[in-house]
Amino acid sequence: MAFPPLIELRGISKRFGGVRALDNVSMTIDRAQIRCLAGENGSGKSTLIKIMSGVYQPDAGEILIDGKAMDQLDPAISIGQGVQVIYQDLSLFPTLKVVENLFLNTFLRERQKIVNWRRGREMAREVLDRLDVDLDLDATVETLPAAGRQIVAIARAVLAEARLIIMDEPTTALTGREVARLFRIVRDLQQQGIAILFVSHKMREMLEISEALTVFRNGRKVAEGPIGEFDERAITRAMTGRDLNTGHFTAPAFDPQATPRLLLEGVSVGDSVHDVSLRLMPGEVVGLSGLIGAGRTRLAKAIFGLRQDVTGRMEVDGRPLAPASVSDAIRAGVAYVPEDRLSEGLFLNRSIRDNAISAAMDRYAPRLWLNHMRARSETGKMFRDMQIAAPGTEVPVSTLSGGNQQRVVIGRWLMTDARLLILNGPTVGVDVGSKEQIHSIIHGLAHDKGLAVLMISDDLPELAANCNRVFTMEDGRLTGEFSGDALTEEALETALASVTRKETA
Amino acid sequence: MKLFSNTDVVIALILVAAMVFIGLINPAFWQLPNIFSLLKSNVVIGLMALGVLLIMISGGIDVSFTAFAVAAMYLVVRTMVALDFDGVIIPFLCATAIGALLGLMNAGIIHKFHMIPLIVTLGTASVVRGLVLGLVGTSNVNINQMPEALIEVGRANIVTLERANGTTFGLSAMIVVYIVIAISIHLILTRTMIGRSVYAYGADPEAAKRVGFKTGRTMIFVYCTAGALAGFAGLLHSSMIWLANPRDFVGLELDVIAAVVLGGASIFGGRGTVMGTVLGVFILVMIQNSLILMGIDTTWQRVVVGGMLICAVAVTALRDRRALV
Amino acid sequence: MSQTNATGTTEESFGQRLIRASSHTNIQLGVICLLILATMTALRPQMFMSSYNFESMAFFMPELGILAIAMMIAMLTGGIDLSIVGVANLAGITAGTVFGYLAGEAGVGALGSGAVIFGVGVGLLVGVLAGLVNGLLISGLKITPILATLGTGQVFIGLCLVLTGGPAIVGFPPAWTWLGNGKIAAIPVPFVLFVVLCVGLSLLLSRTSFGLRLKLIGTNPKAAIYTGIEKGRMIVFSYMLTGGLAAMAGILLSARTNAAKSDYGSSYLLQAVLIAVLGGTNPAGGKGNVLGVALAVISLTLLASGLQMMRVSNHLINFVWGAFLIVVIALNALRSRKGR
Repeated sequence: MAFPPLIELRGISKRFGGVRALDNVSMTIDRAQIRCLAGENGSGKSTLIKIMSGVYQPDAGEILIDGKAMDQLDPAISIGQGVQVIYQDLSLFPTLKVVENLFLNTFLRERQKIVNWRRGREMAREVLDRLDVDLDLDATVETLPAAGRQIVAIARAVLAEARLIIMDEPTTALTGREVARLFRIVRDLQQQGIAILFVSHKMREMLEISEALTVFRNGRKVAEGPIGEFDERAITRAMTGRDLNTGHFTAPAFDPQATPRLLLEGVSVGDSVHDVSLRLMPGEVVGLSGLIGAGRTRLAKAIFGLRQDVTGRMEVDGRPLAPASVSDAIRAGVAYVPEDRLSEGLFLNRSIRDNAISAAMDRYAPRLWLNHMRARSETGKMFRDMQIAAPGTEVPVSTLSGGNQQRVVIGRWLMTDARLLILNGPTVGVDVGSKEQIHSIIHGLAHDKGLAVLMISDDLPELAANCNRVFTMEDGRLTGEFSGDALTEEALETALASVTRKETA
Repeated sequence: MKLFSNTDVVIALILVAAMVFIGLINPAFWQLPNIFSLLKSNVVIGLMALGVLLIMISGGIDVSFTAFAVAAMYLVVRTMVALDFDGVIIPFLCATAIGALLGLMNAGIIHKFHMIPLIVTLGTASVVRGLVLGLVGTSNVNINQMPEALIEVGRANIVTLERANGTTFGLSAMIVVYIVIAISIHLILTRTMIGRSVYAYGADPEAAKRVGFKTGRTMIFVYCTAGALAGFAGLLHSSMIWLANPRDFVGLELDVIAAVVLGGASIFGGRGTVMGTVLGVFILVMIQNSLILMGIDTTWQRVVVGGMLICAVAVTALRDRRALV
Repeated sequence: MSQTNATGTTEESFGQRLIRASSHTNIQLGVICLLILATMTALRPQMFMSSYNFESMAFFMPELGILAIAMMIAMLTGGIDLSIVGVANLAGITAGTVFGYLAGEAGVGALGSGAVIFGVGVGLLVGVLAGLVNGLLISGLKITPILATLGTGQVFIGLCLVLTGGPAIVGFPPAWTWLGNGKIAAIPVPFVLFVVLCVGLSLLLSRTSFGLRLKLIGTNPKAAIYTGIEKGRMIVFSYMLTGGLAAMAGILLSARTNAAKSDYGSSYLLQAVLIAVLGGTNPAGGKGNVLGVALAVISLTLLASGLQMMRVSNHLINFVWGAFLIVVIALNALRSRKGR
């Protein structure tokens, strides 16, 4: 190439206190290149983004843009050089109109004092035309679906004369159809000479959209090359440092005539889940996969008493289940580990013990009075069973690592009379070592206590390796069931990919 | 930008309906003297409400502005009396500046310590009122001591009409001041970057910082403007009632906040218009003033205002919840 | 006394637990109390240390202390109650109105303790109902606590005006005024009530599922829902408790002054917020304890009484309260930033 690379990072290192977040990392992005940066949580991806956007200064190494060394890169310079970051939360203004969200950036950069709405509107219209998308400029952003908001964020970046757009986990909240549209837009941007850095941990997407791939693990670059050199197995190996677990979980044999732990028959939830029937036997670990918006979480919430628009028959251990509230569901023996541990699962400033007994308060305080002795001793037992690494049960959970926090959230349900455990993304944001331990704990629960486990996950290898059966879900309906030898990661992949293809077509 | 947003149209319709309703119960409502006095009563509350509107759009709340208004008004009038000064422009500039300075104090504390605006302004209100009453004085400046020039300002009419019995009544010139300021605030909010930064900050402070707004500057603008408006309104109030009472405006915070909420602003920030606020103020003042016309005892006034606030926030809570889905 | 239980962890006594739970803030507050006491004693030895001074403090401090605890309970779930003063006055005025009605021509002086107990019941009921209204508006209609209680506060004060027509209700039955001015074994009745309430509420908040649930809701409302805590109901209960406590304060206020009026104690609102925050309550929810609030009210009462003795005007004392509030939140903010 005659041109120097758009951006080149040479030997970047960054420490936070005693933690080495990035260790001698180099990476280049060429003009109009689509590169993917992959790695598990905590591998240093976000630190690198912040270094490229000038938020952090590296401790060592240099950054070159257009072949010129940039010392003291700060956010303003980075933006001035055409680097735009689209964070996962998009950083939009929900109560403002689309048009204003688009032009505010540019006007700020131009140091305007007065708002020229007509010019802003023209700019907005122009950039949306350039992206070939149709959006109502006068709609407030809060009324748009997730995909629409993302387009606003991309358009805003393009309007700010981006030459490199960094997208942090852009597909997390999108449905298959929307992902396809996003990819279309990304390719258009590439045609217009804009480079894209996708930061993701979803293999399917990496393989489909990127030209080149960089993989981080523990703050180091562990693999890099054109996308053609990778397949999923290679990516996983690079990301996790070990081979795919090809083992299987085998549920104990059970009498098909026995009463199932969970029985769903013709269950529909609002207009998002339709006619779902399934049965879970004691000791089974059953997976549920599907794209975002397929209705997995809604179904789980319906079983857990969080949705009141449920029709059809639900039973736990042969007893009808029609929970009007979460506490009804808990009393019936349902336990649910929510998707977002921090916002939905934990009471961060409170002790492990308070977190642990929160779901079983009636047990420790049958009549208002809290039985501290029993609460403490049973929390202690849970603490040991879950192998939580902490100085004791009185420390706040905010001091624990992600993996230990997740053990508290799961362990909480051991202290109720849970018979059905629903896990939504059980190992998101958990480091590799902890992940395996959590899986073995879950298997132990299923095996020793006869729990039925319903595991919702995007992580197909996780489902293939840890479930004895997996259902796929699409548009609110169960579309497939895989078990035994038919249950492989590839089979699940194919089943879900066909959904994307159908939606794209 | 359209002058009316959808919410504003709804508020305007409520206003018209209320006017028709009150007019049906007592046709005296529609007589010009009543309408004129109604408009006049809008001025002080309205000016303060414009300040509170700014604060609510930025996602905050303020209960200290009435204390600032009292401080500005009482300090300026007492100084004028002491110096035997009889101007108009300088006193109003001083009152505005005092309000703005006190507002700066709010902005500094709230921005610097990331503290809940309600609690900060509860504190600053007590500080300011305590200082005024404790150090400056507790006695009223009555009409016989009030500077002539201020009384003249308060008395000025733009239209003077004669009743059948020969007495005259007029439309206060202050209404013009109010309208001019309201239009200016409207233009600042809709057409300038600092105005839009208020909306952006209220919608998402973190995002506002990320796109490059100087949020400290926004906070200073918001709280200083609110303080300045309160200071100005305070002095205007005393020149309209020919009295400077250092214990004035106690409890007025609620009326003003109720008017702003009635006008469609959201306490969560990012929403609210000048038009809506002006209409909200008008509804509130009209209903307060019309209780007697409607044959309701004035002791019910606070119950009615409280009830209106609850209804208004209940409706906006429903709206905000729908918007979140 | 410590004992070791089966799991090997050390069992603490209630006292030890109390000390640990009350943490640094309370120790600091205790020190502040002593400092103020020492300073005031040094400045005005004869007056400050007189038993008369302590007695008068013990008569009027409980009203404020109870209001501050009421505020703290509302803040536990991340809310606030700006209607407490309105509720307090409404309770006193309703009771006064009831007495007037019961006594008829005979005059309230003739009413016995039975009527007074009934009056206390009515006052407390008014408070609990007012809290119920607040709770329903906040958890049912999802109105922000600030605006909901600002509105209901006006309605309650408005109802006071409607009931009294404006002027104060003067003259309560003797048994009622005993509540505010009497003594039990040389200790002022309001103070006895305050101590009893403090102990009871401290137990309620630290030793029962109710208290823990409120704190969990305040820490993370969403996670509370996911663990089956009935958030809406708990919030309604907490505002009912706040309302009931505010009514109790109103009863003590009217009993002490032998009068009830719509605008009594209007400066108490700010002071209640200040004391709650000073006592270690986090206005964003999840944190707060009775002992801290009690220590805060004691130190501020000592301070105010000392200032009064030095002939500082009441207005300047209001200034000091406000400045204190700002300094406290500023220090808290600085400390939490350093902690991060």
